[in-house]
Amino acid sequence: MSNKVFAVVTLAVALALAAVTQLIPNEYFFSAAYTVLLFVILATAWNILGGYTGYVNFGSAAFFAIGAYTTVFFYNAFKAPLAVGIVAGTLVAGLAGLGLGYLTLRLRGVFFAIASLALAVVLYIFIVNWDYVGGARGAYVLQPREVPFGLPRYIHLIYAVQLVMAAFALVVSRAIEHSTLGRGLAAIRDDELAAECSGVPTLRLKIFSTMASCALMGMAGTTFPFYLSYIEPSSAFSLSYAVNSIAMPLIGGMMSWMGPLIGAVLLGTVQQLVQVNILRSWVDIRPEWGLLIVGVLLVLFVTLAPNGIMGWVDAWRRRKTK
Amino acid sequence: MAATENKVMTEALLEVRGVVKRFGGFTALDGVDFTVRPGERVGLIGPNGSGKSTLVNCITGTLRNEEGSIRFEGQDICGYAAHRRIRMGLARSFQIPKPFASMTVLDNLCVPLLYAARKHEKLARDRIVEEAMRILGQVGLADRAHAMSGGLTQVDMRKLELARAMAAKPKLLISDEAMAGLSASEVDDILALLFGLKEQGVAVIMIEHVMRAVMKFSERIAVLVAGRKIADGDPKSVVGNMEVVKAYLGE
Repeated sequence: MSNKVFAVVTLAVALALAAVTQLIPNEYFFSAAYTVLLFVILATAWNILGGYTGYVNFGSAAFFAIGAYTTVFFYNAFKAPLAVGIVAGTLVAGLAGLGLGYLTLRLRGVFFAIASLALAVVLYIFIVNWDYVGGARGAYVLQPREVPFGLPRYIHLIYAVQLVMAAFALVVSRAIEHSTLGRGLAAIRDDELAAECSGVPTLRLKIFSTMASCALMGMAGTTFPFYLSYIEPSSAFSLSYAVNSIAMPLIGGMMSWMGPLIGAVLLGTVQQLVQVNILRSWVDIRPEWGLLIVGVLLVLFVTLAPNGIMGWVDAWRRRKTK
Repeated sequence: MAATENKVMTEALLEVRGVVKRFGGFTALDGVDFTVRPGERVGLIGPNGSGKSTLVNCITGTLRNEEGSIRFEGQDICGYAAHRRIRMGLARSFQIPKPFASMTVLDNLCVPLLYAARKHEKLARDRIVEEAMRILGQVGLADRAHAMSGGLTQVDMRKLELARAMAAKPKLLISDEAMAGLSASEVDDILALLFGLKEQGVAVIMIEHVMRAVMKFSERIAVLVAGRKIADGDPKSVVGNMEVVKAYLGE
């Protein structure tokens, strides 16, 4: 399937899903689905650098927060609507990714991971002390009273927007994977020196991959202040984003665009179910067990299926054709 | 002698002059001069730790030399990143095979075909796979094309290293100990392969400990000992050189 066809199909699926699900009466569904979609974007974005290129980014939360706080900034400055926040947040996060790339991509392996984590801490402290966007108190972003497209409530809109953004992230991720660029990134992941000696401009490719990854992470965060109407640093920089954006591709499979999607839908849904304790009539799982379950699943997958669900499927397919 | 040197200088494909490389206080290369003419087959020998691989790394750009100049086709390439040098036509294989382990053997070759060969040769995108298969056929890996490269045997990995270097469509190919640990017939296979490159006008630097192969292959042999070139010339006279014998066997 060509990139164009895939883009059209994915967008159509996203819009159809958005339309059909509007019939669901339960408002909680939209909130839960929004969160799962947020993780689809984060995981897909993380995988461009982490899965395709082999550079583990522990700072996902920082780029998510950059997206979120860019929205807050433009809201405070101009009462800018959501659309402005989305575009600006994506760009600013991309620029931050470019900076991270220039500063740290000469570091390899675990050193890059530590540097990305350090960046998250620095940004967190910066935001906590920046009064204009609320500092440690947090900031309010009021949802507009008028909801476009005749939707009943603002959450319906945000959910639909998130669906389209998730589709966009998947299209970008798949296009990169299937391009010459994707092959170059895979070569870097397998052996950076051999890649460079095969003519791959490794530094340039790594910087591009960091930029694309970070921009999409930022995009995931741009709707967040409108979703909650309120944002404060510790929720925007939550450990949950960093952990999940690594765990989801790992569990789904890091070699293709589909892996993070599967991982995010699976883990995201499980966490949502646990959070509202929806299964309490069968088993009493406490809401606070959410990240614990992620951890246990992660350990299970790393030991039993190190290439994730997609890797397992691929192996099964290969066996079948033989 | 002066006349022939002059001739070498004007015709040189690769020209290394006074290259110095230090690691901390240790001088790995101490003013090495080394030239290769287009299409020439040169053997580079020397005891372990004499600086052969360091020289290769400086030539291909994975290490930067502190002093001296390296010219390729008359152009100073010292400041160029490795990928740029490869794209100009300077490919290498690695002593310890470095396959792209998550890819098939075929995809391994597509990387240099896409990123290096296409930069200086007209190669249509849809002909990449065909070209990769042709090279795999040459090295005798055609039947392994769709196998994962991480699972190859040592011999096949060596062949893949050479195939991947060939896929960059080089003018100069540096083969870094492609034959260590191979059986006599496998050595002959790879020798035939490298001779084939000569017919395509590709110059080859062969770094090797297997003397039978070096002697058979080289038109000229250079000897490195402790970071200095102690001999350079006709294979027979170099091997007869007392200094070379001393360096290998001791006093």
